[in-house]
Amino acid sequence: MTLHEFIFYIVIPILSISMLLILWRFLKGPSIVDRIIALDLIITIGIGFIAGYSILTNRPSFLDVAMILALIAFLGTVAFSYYIQKRNKK
Amino acid sequence: MTDILVAIFSLSGAIFILFASIGLIRMPDSYLRISVTTKAATLGIGLLLLAAAIHFQDFSITTRVFAIILFILLTAPISAHLIGRASYFSGVKLWKHSIMNDLEGKYNKATQELKSEDVEELKKRKKKEKDLIKKKPLK
Repeated sequence: MTLHEFIFYIVIPILSISMLLILWRFLKGPSIVDRIIALDLIITIGIGFIAGYSILTNRPSFLDVAMILALIAFLGTVAFSYYIQKRNKK
Repeated sequence: MTDILVAIFSLSGAIFILFASIGLIRMPDSYLRISVTTKAATLGIGLLLLAAAIHFQDFSITTRVFAIILFILLTAPISAHLIGRASYFSGVKLWKHSIMNDLEGKYNKATQELKSEDVEELKKRKKKEKDLIKKKPLK
């Protein structure tokens, strides 16, 4: 089993399964906070997907996208928490 | 040799991310979900990125990978704290079996102020000191 096959048949499917589990929580989530956590985790797993994909295709330039995604995940969570706190004030 | 190392690191990273997603589903409370996902997902992503760094073995890529890992390590606790704080203030309830609630009775929902007991004690002390100062010149 080469590294290519290992990542293609084991690592990426595990990440996909965890993405599906989180999607279930995102759709079900009782409060809006759970949905924000699920969204944050989905973007974080996207970074993992990009790392695996850059190993798979031997193209390291995909890692730049991972850096931008990390930035966007942080900014999105901060903005959502800010607006949740402001929403109750009225 | 490097292939085996890359396989081990990427597999353990993927498994930690799977644990994080299982915890997100199984945990009974928003706060517990926050605590689970922050730690496990950060470790998993760090291991996956380290696998990429080991696979390419290039200085510029290793630098990039360590910049991403450092950024995630810095921002994950901050975003978890912010979202936990916002959810506590917006009235998300704790799990019924939770034991500790240190902020109970210290947060005023109408005025959105967070007070500790020490502030009120300090105010009482200052009032006493002022009263003493006022009483002295009279005698």
